[in-house]
Amino acid sequence: MNELGFPMISLVTFFPIFGVLILMFIDKEAKDTIRGTAMVFAMIEFFISLPLLFSFQNGTAAMQFVERHAWVKSAGLSYYVGLDGISLWIIMLTTFLTPICVLCSWTYIQKKVKEFMICLLLLETAMLGALVSLDLILFYVFWELMLIPMYFLIGVWGGDNKIYAAVKFFIYTAAGSVFMLLSIFFLYYLNYKTTGIFTFDLLELYKLNIPVSTQFWLCLAFFVSFAIKVPMFPLHTWLPDAHVQAPTAGSVILAGVLLKMGTYGFMRFAIPLFPYASHKFTPVIATLAVIGIIYGALVALIQPDMKKLVAYSSVSHLGYVMLGIFAFNMQGVQGGLYQMLNHGISTGALFLIVGMLYERRHTRMIKDFGGIAKVMPVFATFFMIATLSSIAVPGTNGFVGEFMILVGAFRTLPVHTVFATSGAILGALYMLWMYQRVMFQPLDKEENKVLKDLNSREILTLLPLALLVFVMGFFPGYFLRKMDASCEHFLKTYQQQVAMYEHGQYDSGTPRLAGVLEKNNLKSTFVD
Amino acid sequence: MLDFVVPALNLKAILPQVLLAITALTVLLVDVFAGKEGKTSLGALSLVGVAAALIALLLTRGSFESAYAGMLMADGFGFFITLIVCCVAFLSILAAMNYERVSPEIKSGEFYCLLLFAAFGMSFMGNAGNLIMVFVALETMSISIYVLAGFKRDNLKSIESALKYFLLGAFASGFLLFGFALVYGASGTLDLVKLGKFFTTHPETLHNPMVMGGIALMTVGFGFKVAMFPFHMWTPDVYEGAPTVVTGFMATGVKAAAFAALVRVFFVGFAPLQADWTTIMWVGALLTMSIGNLVAISQTNIKRMLAYSSIAHAGYILVAFVVGSELARSGILFYLLGYAFANIGAFAVISAMGSRDQEYTELVDFSGIGFKFPFLGLMMTIFLFSMAGIPPAAGFMGKFFIFSEAIKSGYIWLAIFGVINSVISLYYYLGIIVRMYFREPEREIEIIAPAGTMIAALSLAAFGVLQMGMFPSYIWNLARESVKMIM
Repeated sequence: MNELGFPMISLVTFFPIFGVLILMFIDKEAKDTIRGTAMVFAMIEFFISLPLLFSFQNGTAAMQFVERHAWVKSAGLSYYVGLDGISLWIIMLTTFLTPICVLCSWTYIQKKVKEFMICLLLLETAMLGALVSLDLILFYVFWELMLIPMYFLIGVWGGDNKIYAAVKFFIYTAAGSVFMLLSIFFLYYLNYKTTGIFTFDLLELYKLNIPVSTQFWLCLAFFVSFAIKVPMFPLHTWLPDAHVQAPTAGSVILAGVLLKMGTYGFMRFAIPLFPYASHKFTPVIATLAVIGIIYGALVALIQPDMKKLVAYSSVSHLGYVMLGIFAFNMQGVQGGLYQMLNHGISTGALFLIVGMLYERRHTRMIKDFGGIAKVMPVFATFFMIATLSSIAVPGTNGFVGEFMILVGAFRTLPVHTVFATSGAILGALYMLWMYQRVMFQPLDKEENKVLKDLNSREILTLLPLALLVFVMGFFPGYFLRKMDASCEHFLKTYQQQVAMYEHGQYDSGTPRLAGVLEKNNLKSTFVD
Repeated sequence: MLDFVVPALNLKAILPQVLLAITALTVLLVDVFAGKEGKTSLGALSLVGVAAALIALLLTRGSFESAYAGMLMADGFGFFITLIVCCVAFLSILAAMNYERVSPEIKSGEFYCLLLFAAFGMSFMGNAGNLIMVFVALETMSISIYVLAGFKRDNLKSIESALKYFLLGAFASGFLLFGFALVYGASGTLDLVKLGKFFTTHPETLHNPMVMGGIALMTVGFGFKVAMFPFHMWTPDVYEGAPTVVTGFMATGVKAAAFAALVRVFFVGFAPLQADWTTIMWVGALLTMSIGNLVAISQTNIKRMLAYSSIAHAGYILVAFVVGSELARSGILFYLLGYAFANIGAFAVISAMGSRDQEYTELVDFSGIGFKFPFLGLMMTIFLFSMAGIPPAAGFMGKFFIFSEAIKSGYIWLAIFGVINSVISLYYYLGIIVRMYFREPEREIEIIAPAGTMIAALSLAAFGVLQMGMFPSYIWNLARESVKMIM
């Protein structure tokens, strides 16, 4: 079975479904009972995911807590799940953010509460499933499944232009992923041709030696699909629409976890499956990432709408993550992974903050505010913490991530990094400028003078995030240590394979990578 | 002097079909003698008959025999088609028992009797081992369906639907029959197995104009029944006008039976000619799915929209037909069953959207019903996601099997067009969901609360869709076994 002798991952993944089943039987008028039940389930879910963190073995890059059962044996489908240092923290982030989402929707969502909570819990299962899947089709199933609840979250509880945003979100993402599906089929077929085995097992497919020209096309399909999700410039246009229209909880989940699916996809699927093509694509991806960083920041600068500003800042932040991953060294990759978590926390917090203001004033326009710090001092503190984290001030989590990315990227992509650094300055500019216009300046609007400060529920919503900003800022070691082995393995495998292709040691007569390695007296780094 | 041997009676080979026929006749008799109260039990009686046929079918599973001098092939393939037909008939009857209250005309013995006879014909189409048998079964099915389509006697659209279907269908049958005749002229046999042997032993006849012409005419005839481009024109009008339950029945049952006959005739009778039809069918598959999906986008009536969607689905199945490998043919069977559950379910939901003599089939009527009628909304959503091929529904697994096989066999472009089409189709399937959940009601609509039978029909269909989507193993193995056991 696995280390715990218990299907822990399955329990964590499917536990929210129990919540959904219970919720279905609650009267839809009993709104507080519904909220309470959802909250209890989200909390229990978080606690049962903790054993994954605590029993995680630091020293190994192998998949842990693995479970494997045949699904459709004849077609090579299996229910194959497990996690490693790359997915561990994103899984923890997911289970951590969901209760916060329930909490922040307590009063924000007034109509169709039951359906809302059901969507939220279903979404959690889908996200966790995608993160733990080690079978490509299983992954694809969860990947598409994520769209359905999110589509409803935006479409039913969204703003004025919700239908446009929801449909755009769905079609953009689905269009990208069907080509990934074809690419998966092709891999499956290629694997069958070389080994005679039908399998969608990711770890088996890693070992496949793919001819360079084929690799290019397959890789492109994966890249487009993940790049839409990240989103990378110029495929980002769905994001501001989706964010602005989505309810607060939707935005938090979208920014916190869904976007990470794209970057996670690069690290788990696209790069290890197609190392040489990824290597060749690096200049393109890095350039697009840098354009994303600067473009996102510049567009954020001129946004009159706070939520849109935060949405564009996401484009910029995710650009850093991509730059870090494609630096292909330890600092860059770890920094990228760290920045994924940071972005989930700081941007999540910012969306919560914007949502809280919106709930009070029913506007998100920066010009409608001013001097809010005087009437809402507690709120101002939290806002400041999130802002500082977002602009990566030393002592906050953002600093660790951004610093590592820039250090790492400078070693391999110096020119790109120089430009990327300007994004950090722009970041400080748009965030602080927004903060200044909203929180300081004279308190000249009557409506703003009577705003109430945060209540205890709202403080409870923001407090865990604010604490994490500092914990992750001061003690990055604990977090990074758990990623070490996996990141190292990720890089080593990548570099070894690229070197192999580069030096022409690729031999079409030797279908399996292991064979090529043996021929060249190299030691395989694959761990089964 | 011709030898004429009376073939041995083999009841086991045709037991499910016989049960269907007996039930049909019993229903007719009960209708005459039972009076008014008896009419309410007609549906239930038919249900029992279909269930009996289904049980008989499952009991004879695994048999593998050619009965009645090769006229009938009681093999795995026929088993699977009969399974689909029985499921379709069962769900249609359940839905019809609710639809009786919306559209009282159908509350008569003839309705259930014809429905059962149509199922009887469909099942024989899947089992036919001889071209004559194919034709007789096809006509048994078609004539019943022509009448069913026009069952709402006082409704102009229904009459139009029946007349159109009858006229065009008669032409299509003519083409088909003429095609059979030409093939007979060239080969001297109508028996599919013998045809296959003949073409293998006489390769010089392969490109005989009579054979080629015969195949072309047969393609027209079958193409009409499966709604393949350019023989799909009748579909939207007929689907729109026919009573909704009948629409669901013919969208699934007729399609399954016609595809079954198509596969059996082409792969058993004309297997050596596969290379010749591949190109035509390649283009046919591409155009069928593209036209179906593109035209569906602009529809405002949900029945017409689903009619075009069913054309598109025929296109996906044709992709598997072009690929033609054993696994692709298993894919056809799997897809047909998954498609049947989703489509019967969707049409059942539409048939439930009505009050006495008033049906709501315009898209605007669906605005806001998701929250107004949560059960119908949820069911419709499941069926639509299945048709769109979104996991974890049966439609996804069906497309998975078909497209992965297409790639494996080197039809990469066809697979690419297939998935592009899936994305296009998302737009209109999502459009219905957008209306149901994201918009407020635009018209005041009153519907009769769905009866227990409707709830049962929808739950069963949804169960089928989700079961095949999440745990496809069982049905997939069944489909593979069935295709292996084609004679």
